[in-house]
Amino acid sequence: MEPVYSVEVIISNKPQARDPEAETIVRDLIHKRGFDAVKEVRTGKLLALKIQAASEDEAQHKAAVMCNDLRLYNPVAHSLTVRVRK
Amino acid sequence: MKVAVVQFPGSTCDRDTLYALRNVMKLEADLVWHNHFTDDSYDAVILPGGFSFGDHLRGGIIAAQSSAMGAVRKMAEDGKPVLGICNGFQVLIEAGLLPGALLPNSCLKFVCKWMNLEVENNESAFTCAFGKGARIRMPIAHHEGRFFAEDELLDQLASEGRVVMTYCDENPTGTSRAITAISNEKGNVVGMMPHPERASDVSLGGNDGLMVFKSMMRWVEC
Repeated sequence: MEPVYSVEVIISNKPQARDPEAETIVRDLIHKRGFDAVKEVRTGKLLALKIQAASEDEAQHKAAVMCNDLRLYNPVAHSLTVRVRK
Repeated sequence: MKVAVVQFPGSTCDRDTLYALRNVMKLEADLVWHNHFTDDSYDAVILPGGFSFGDHLRGGIIAAQSSAMGAVRKMAEDGKPVLGICNGFQVLIEAGLLPGALLPNSCLKFVCKWMNLEVENNESAFTCAFGKGARIRMPIAHHEGRFFAEDELLDQLASEGRVVMTYCDENPTGTSRAITAISNEKGNVVGMMPHPERASDVSLGGNDGLMVFKSMMRWVEC
């Protein structure tokens, strides 16, 4: 039986695409409450997957292939991060 | 001519669109449940507004992979008029039939209001009955309608005449270059955030939307 890995898929706006939710969080919450050290925030969507695979690399690869095949992100506007959670 | 309006779970403007086609335009029109839409012999197809599949993950992405899209894609390839209104526009983008992305509005609010629009391209299947540069009014009602593309794609759309409509006077959603409707290369596939069906009778506040459907009839007749 192959092990099950926790894989995180993070979908966020590309730097060129404005992220108004993040802008509001920085302006009206973080900076307003004095956390001036925070210079930027980007929001995104997290999909926490459990994937059965022979290895970490294979689990990551399976997730990345699925994200591309099913177009879980729109490459015009979004960047994609796929990582195995240790 | 015969038009199909594809109904997804969560579509909300399907019956309004059907009413505008049948009762106002006097066209033969069917409401077709997405799983049953396999007949590409219709003369035109409309993907209506709403919240297909609850907008889960992202507006339009799940509907874009439903079995209905096989027939929609075939009709698009055959040069037949294919219109996506609001959520339907999101579906066409997510299906890869139109380029770009529709992101949450920059104001982060659901914007529901009548907008002044300019018809930039009056040669598409859904604008060929308008005069070029016509100023019209139709309402928008959406949360994810900020058309986004990087400059290279925006320049390409402009140079190819594929920017179909833009907002005049104001841009409450922060959409790139005020774009609110685009087409494919052939001009038969159009996505628009404004709702022509909600502008199909003066008692609703205006009837400029009827010209969208008249354009579709003219395109099919030619």
